[in-house]
Amino acid sequence: MNRLNKLFESKKDNLLSIYFTAGYPELNTTLDIAESLEKAGVDFLEIGFPYSDPVADGPTIQHSSEKALENGMNLNQLFEELKDLRKRISIPILLMGYVNPMVQYGIERFCKKAAEVGVDGVIVPDLPMYEYEALYSKYFTENGLSNIFLVTPQTSEDRIRKIDGLTNSFIYLLSSSSITGKNLQVSNAIEDYYKRIKSMQLKNPAVIGFGISNNETFTKACEYARGAIVGSAFVKFLETENYLEKIPEFVKAIRL
Amino acid sequence: MKYGVNEHGYYGDFGGAYIPEMLYPNVEELRQQYVQILNDPGFKAEFDQLLRDYVGRPSPLYPAKRYSEKYGANIFFKREDLNHTGSHKINNAIGQILLARRLGKKRIIAETGAGQHGVATATVCALMGIECVVYMGEVDMERQAPNVSRMKMLGAKVVPATSGSKTLKDATNEAMRDWINNPVDTHYIIGSVVGPYPYPEMVAQFQSIISLETKKQLLEHTGNELPQYVMACVGGGSNAMGMFYHFLDDESVQLIAVEAAGKGVESGHSAATTFLGREGVLHGSRTILMQTDDGQVVEPYSISAGLDYPGIGPQHAHLYKIKRAQYVNITDDEALQAGLLCSQLEGIIPAIETAHALAYLEKMTFKNDDNVVICISGRGDKDLSTYIKYFGY
Ligand SMILES: Cc1ncc(COP(=O)(O)O)c(C=O)c1O
Repeated sequence: MNRLNKLFESKKDNLLSIYFTAGYPELNTTLDIAESLEKAGVDFLEIGFPYSDPVADGPTIQHSSEKALENGMNLNQLFEELKDLRKRISIPILLMGYVNPMVQYGIERFCKKAAEVGVDGVIVPDLPMYEYEALYSKYFTENGLSNIFLVTPQTSEDRIRKIDGLTNSFIYLLSSSSITGKNLQVSNAIEDYYKRIKSMQLKNPAVIGFGISNNETFTKACEYARGAIVGSAFVKFLETENYLEKIPEFVKAIRL
Repeated sequence: MKYGVNEHGYYGDFGGAYIPEMLYPNVEELRQQYVQILNDPGFKAEFDQLLRDYVGRPSPLYPAKRYSEKYGANIFFKREDLNHTGSHKINNAIGQILLARRLGKKRIIAETGAGQHGVATATVCALMGIECVVYMGEVDMERQAPNVSRMKMLGAKVVPATSGSKTLKDATNEAMRDWINNPVDTHYIIGSVVGPYPYPEMVAQFQSIISLETKKQLLEHTGNELPQYVMACVGGGSNAMGMFYHFLDDESVQLIAVEAAGKGVESGHSAATTFLGREGVLHGSRTILMQTDDGQVVEPYSISAGLDYPGIGPQHAHLYKIKRAQYVNITDDEALQAGLLCSQLEGIIPAIETAHALAYLEKMTFKNDDNVVICISGRGDKDLSTYIKYFGY
């Protein structure tokens, strides 16, 4: 049982996860940011590794990725920065990014390295299920890494069940089909979607992401799922001066 | 077909559908329906009728007399430049708009580099009365300004892509983001044989009319439907794939694909994908792309907006890897000179994209009775200001 499973077992609701892009706004701050977030009471983290062409991301995360690449962030640098991860941080950590940098690094090597530094799971939005199952799942399993899949309001029930079977930590529910950085939409159709997911009684818990930016959207999302993920809003916040010191305030404003 | 796609959307090691879950329902819908729709007699009849009456097909296969004399072979121009809207892009746009209508889509999006695909898409949307949004890199909007005006006049909305190199790759990213945000009512008309499966296959099939006609026409001209050489320029690779398609299994036919070397393959300003690229994933398929060691996409360069793309379609990557086709490259200067030569020897001002294919003739040696077909993928109207600036007319 990995850290993610333990977390979902021990804490039943209002889980808060934060996404940020490694290397933004500067290099060598990944663990400092992660540590501050843990101390502020965040339950788990998603650390993005930047890609030049992030098609699922809106302007905020595009900008952070561009900046991070300019700063010299890449997978070698990231794993170097994560070397002391488990000396400093105990909450679950996921890496999130696009498939091409992983392919160039070598997916087997990536999985080994991630496990070695103490990463718990990976989210790769553009790694398809067929290729994952056929070619790569063995590396994830061998290294005890969870692979987290996204589900949108348009994902069919069959496919959701398949995803539920392929993963062993949680399901990442998108608040709508959209790129990152939009506002959470709550409509009857979306409520029906959340209810539909709930009624499916999946083996994995669900967490809602995309469009969660403040207390209101966080609270709303937590009505329908075990927790929610804040991304763009936090990345935007990192533009503020002395952001490390202000992280507790940011987290407090989300949780209230 | 020996070089065709397998059930998972792969051509050898290349292809597939590397897309975020948000695009899965759309792409899956296409995958499940396109074969059936394309094979439906009603669809075929409508496609053929529009190609004939609206596009003006078949496009002529013109025996280029003075080119033949100059290069010492029988050189034929497949005149896609004479199509309505001035390039091969309309073949695909017609096919996809008919498909989109059968899928019940109410809104069309597209990316464009040279603006030819944008114009073709705006045109078919006007024809069908469907809303049209075209993404175009800011840099391309400047160098292909006449096409921006054409799209607007046709009723399309042109949205500048301002990220990255502000060219075709970035316009494609923006179009994909739009599609993610509009998952139900929108169809994305991709303009080349790129993108997640089934796009590369679908676009190739729509463009395959080029080689289908060429075979018949060659038979009339030469008594043999097979030439020694078939040549085309490659951006994403749609005119080349259309030109190669029905010759793929005829192994005696040498296929030559011409990429844009920009200022030279070693200059750091180039779009010669097979020369500079490695295997990876771009815009939804596993293919060959220009990238850093870390897997970041490299911003390409070519004077030709339509070839200024860091990847090639997955089927091209396969044909390259197994050496069924030969991939070569031509610089900006060589292309512009070839554009001038074609204008003055044949009275045809080609698109700068096409001029890359023509320029490669300079590097070939022929036997006198060789038959050579070059795809004249488009006309040069859109490029006049670039030509004028370069030659000082
Ligand atoms: C005239 C012309 N030829 C060629 C191309 C390159 O595209 P493809 O390689 O898909 O044929 C373009 C693209 O805009 C074009 O306008």
